[in-house]
Amino acid sequence: MTADSQWLTFLALMLPFAAAALAPFLTKLLRHNAAWVLAIAPALMFLHFSGFLDPVSEGRALAGGYAWIPSLDVDFSWYLDGLSVTFALLITGIGTLIVLYSGGYLNGHEHQGRFFSFILMFMGSMLGLVVADSFLTLFVFWELTSITSFLLIGFDHSRSGSRRAALQALIVTGMGGLSLLAGLLVIWGATGASSLSALLATGDALREAPLYLAALLLILGGAFTKSAQFPFHFWLPNAMEAPTPVSAYLHSATMVKAGVYLVMRLNPVLGETVAWETILPVFGGTTLIVGTFLAVRQTDLKLMLAYTTVASLGLLVMLTGFGSHKAVEAAALYLVAHSLFKGALFMVAGLVDHETGTRDVTRLGGLRSAMPVTFAAAVLAACSMGGLPLFFGFLAKEEIYAALGFASGWSAALTLVAIVGNGLMFAIGFAVALKPFLGAPVETPKHAHEGPVLLWLGPLVLGGLGLIAALISTVSHRLISSPMSSAIAGEPVTVTISTVPHIGMPLALSLVTVGFGVAAFRMLGRLRGVMASVLNAIGWGPDKGFDQALAATTKLSFGVTRIIQSGRLDYYMTATFIALAAALLIPMIAFGEFPAAPAFPAMPFYEWIVLLIGVIGVGAVIYARDRLTAIVSLGIQGFAVALLFMLLGAPDLSFTQFMVETLSVVILALVMTRLRLSPTDHRPTSEKIGDVLVAGTCGAALGLMLLRVTQVPFNAELSEFFAANSRVIAHGRNIVNVIIVDFRGMDTLGEIAVVMITGLAILALVRIRSAKPAKAGQES
Amino acid sequence: MRTLIFRTIAPYLTSLMVLFSIFVLLRGHNDPGGGFIGGLIAASAFAIYGIACGVSPVRRALYFHPMAISGFGLLLAALAGWMSLFFEVPFLTGLWTTVSILGLPVDLSTVLFFDIGVYLVVVGAITSIALALEEREHG
Amino acid sequence: MEVALSVFVGIFFAVAIYLMLSKHIIRILLGVSIFGNAVNLTIFTVGRVVREVPPIIPEALQTPDTITANPLPQALILTAIVISFSFFAFLLVLAFRTYQELGTDDTDGMRVAEPEGEPLPPLGY
Repeated sequence: MTADSQWLTFLALMLPFAAAALAPFLTKLLRHNAAWVLAIAPALMFLHFSGFLDPVSEGRALAGGYAWIPSLDVDFSWYLDGLSVTFALLITGIGTLIVLYSGGYLNGHEHQGRFFSFILMFMGSMLGLVVADSFLTLFVFWELTSITSFLLIGFDHSRSGSRRAALQALIVTGMGGLSLLAGLLVIWGATGASSLSALLATGDALREAPLYLAALLLILGGAFTKSAQFPFHFWLPNAMEAPTPVSAYLHSATMVKAGVYLVMRLNPVLGETVAWETILPVFGGTTLIVGTFLAVRQTDLKLMLAYTTVASLGLLVMLTGFGSHKAVEAAALYLVAHSLFKGALFMVAGLVDHETGTRDVTRLGGLRSAMPVTFAAAVLAACSMGGLPLFFGFLAKEEIYAALGFASGWSAALTLVAIVGNGLMFAIGFAVALKPFLGAPVETPKHAHEGPVLLWLGPLVLGGLGLIAALISTVSHRLISSPMSSAIAGEPVTVTISTVPHIGMPLALSLVTVGFGVAAFRMLGRLRGVMASVLNAIGWGPDKGFDQALAATTKLSFGVTRIIQSGRLDYYMTATFIALAAALLIPMIAFGEFPAAPAFPAMPFYEWIVLLIGVIGVGAVIYARDRLTAIVSLGIQGFAVALLFMLLGAPDLSFTQFMVETLSVVILALVMTRLRLSPTDHRPTSEKIGDVLVAGTCGAALGLMLLRVTQVPFNAELSEFFAANSRVIAHGRNIVNVIIVDFRGMDTLGEIAVVMITGLAILALVRIRSAKPAKAGQES
Repeated sequence: MRTLIFRTIAPYLTSLMVLFSIFVLLRGHNDPGGGFIGGLIAASAFAIYGIACGVSPVRRALYFHPMAISGFGLLLAALAGWMSLFFEVPFLTGLWTTVSILGLPVDLSTVLFFDIGVYLVVVGAITSIALALEEREHG
Repeated sequence: MEVALSVFVGIFFAVAIYLMLSKHIIRILLGVSIFGNAVNLTIFTVGRVVREVPPIIPEALQTPDTITANPLPQALILTAIVISFSFFAFLLVLAFRTYQELGTDDTDGMRVAEPEGEPLPPLGY
């Protein structure tokens, strides 16, 4: 990659964030028409990334980036091959249409600017995620998509449903993010590769690493939560609380595919093992079946689509894990097809909701004449979703059946799962696309008419693309499908499937699927009733489990807090001092570091007297029966310490201590005479014994520690430096004062600031008046 | 506490103590003493005055609010540190010069101003605390 | 001398901690004050003890000619004394105001921030 194009790519990656910063101001200025201006950003990025199609289709991968934290070998780097370029184009292309669609959908919303900002931030994060090369870049953008998704789901934060959905999505995908980080670190440790490009070059190293299974499970923990695989699927339908542009963009076309992207990306190094080819199809297949069954139950257009999205993601994971080149091709084709048709259908659902005021499929009908353009877009998208010939979805489905086949019992089972899933998705796709438009017109909360161009442009373009991409399949295979499949497979793969049906097993299976789908479509009402009664009978799901887990966590932490933060100061103090004694004594006992038995100290008698006075002073504080005795005793021990300083060559300390003790006694006397408090002890004897034990142990431990410390040789280097330089450099003969005001002046500056702040705090405390209503009443 | 003798002596005692505190402050660099000790002595002086004659005469005598004195001290100490900027040496590096006052050579330094700053902070803050508590006592 | 000081400091700590374990705020305050002295003495002792020679350079010399007391712990303790005094004053006033507001000097009765029988936090969203 040349320096110029490297710089441009960096700009392209940063552009959405810049646009996000501008969005609120532009929206204030231009209102909903800001969409036209803001859409220029993703459109430019789309153009930039489409420039990579040619080199990538020749089988080259382009890497670039800048050093981020060089000391830790962490780069901000990107890696562009068939997979990431396809994703980048989907993100920027659909992103352009979504920005326009949001302009119409949230027209007049008071926070439209904020919405633009969030969605552009998400775009930047998602783009960064799919082009990231270094693990750290990947992880950072992965988490950014979780956070922006949280903001977007909770956009309508005044509703508790939104808040719950946002929190749920954040917790589920956030836990997955942690799992991903752990997985990446395991891989980093196992292979020494800190970036995807380096990892892809290691070949079999990871598969043969002893930590392979740990790495695999951790990575899948991230991928499965993000891509809503069973049993983590529940957050995705709840995320439909978000405005429809978000559902169309994040929760069908792009973000939820991040997990699929990850397994596709790592397929060359993690794949082709028994664990991989078991776990992925099992979870993917289960998700496909569960998703479609739950979709049948729904009547809300968005929820029907959401569950089929869950199902589609399961299908993608299943195909990626199947492990043949054909399956990889099928996954690539289906991923692109799904992004196009599902994005379109979501936008249609939002459009219908916007124009009629409801998205309950049982309360809609006969809109075809009122909303002809929408109807056309819906039918185009549904045909692709149903896999009808001439549409891109058809190519995908043919490839799926060709890949799975009936070669073994395992693949036959998966084929069966695929047929059931696809058939039900066919039924639901057409239910969404046809039910609201055909039949007799039904009275809706709002009078229906065609939406503005901003709203129908997106679904129409995406629906149309599903047709065009299939018609020019040779071009789309050369530019998109083949490079993408090659990147997933890790070796060159050429996709050849064309839109002309030819007789064979896949076509037969397609026909079976369509037949099953048509039957299911006709019986949808009855199926819905059956599913509803089955689900009612079960009565529990991961969604409910999430609530229970969260409530249980809250209760548990409340209980724990209640025990360790009892609100009683004496408990806290006791715990602290027991910990102190343990911290001092346990190492001494464990390492045999007790001080040597000291000789009896030889000291002049006056020093003994001073020490004795101190001990008598503290003893008297304990036994004082009245206030004045306690204060005076406190003064006595303080003066004893001051005398000690004086005897031991510290006149400065001595003076200071004298002054401070005097002032302490004065202010204590001032306060105590006002407080009618007796300083005597009211503790029951049993408590006293415990306290004496704790205090005695602490005192002994601290004394022993001090004794032990004074028995090791003294390093006087620092003190000697001060003694040698005090006069030479700092022109002062009192070394203590020189240290305070010169050598350690910065400390002193901080310390006098502290003294001043306590002065201010005391002043505030003294002056503050009680805010109690009773007292206020007295004053008035 | 407010006996006639105490009340009569207190102003003189206070003046003497303040004078002594300044002496202690200035000799601090070469002999025991310094800003902290000097500040504490002066603060006790004002506290004694307050106990003897009430708080308002002390406030009148100080003229400035004690916290203002404290704040000025902190500012002075910080400015003494900033002086080093003009000589392109690190913050708080001591700078020395000798000036002649009335024919006597006097050593001046940023360190001296720093110590005066410390003195003022301690005087201001502790006096403020003591006066606030005494005010409650009598008010 | 260090031996005697170690025992002395140990006694100070024990008394201070015993007082701080009390429920009565005035006793806790007295304990804090003694605790401060004990900590200062610890720092002082750790810097080793030299009798009666303050760390002051004689007028005629550039560096001290005899072994003097260690100046470094003295500098640390000097500021520590002043700061612990200002904090002691702050605690005293805090205790005083608390007594005025709550009418108790028993720490068990001071439950404004952590009231007894607090209800479960909301479980919704």
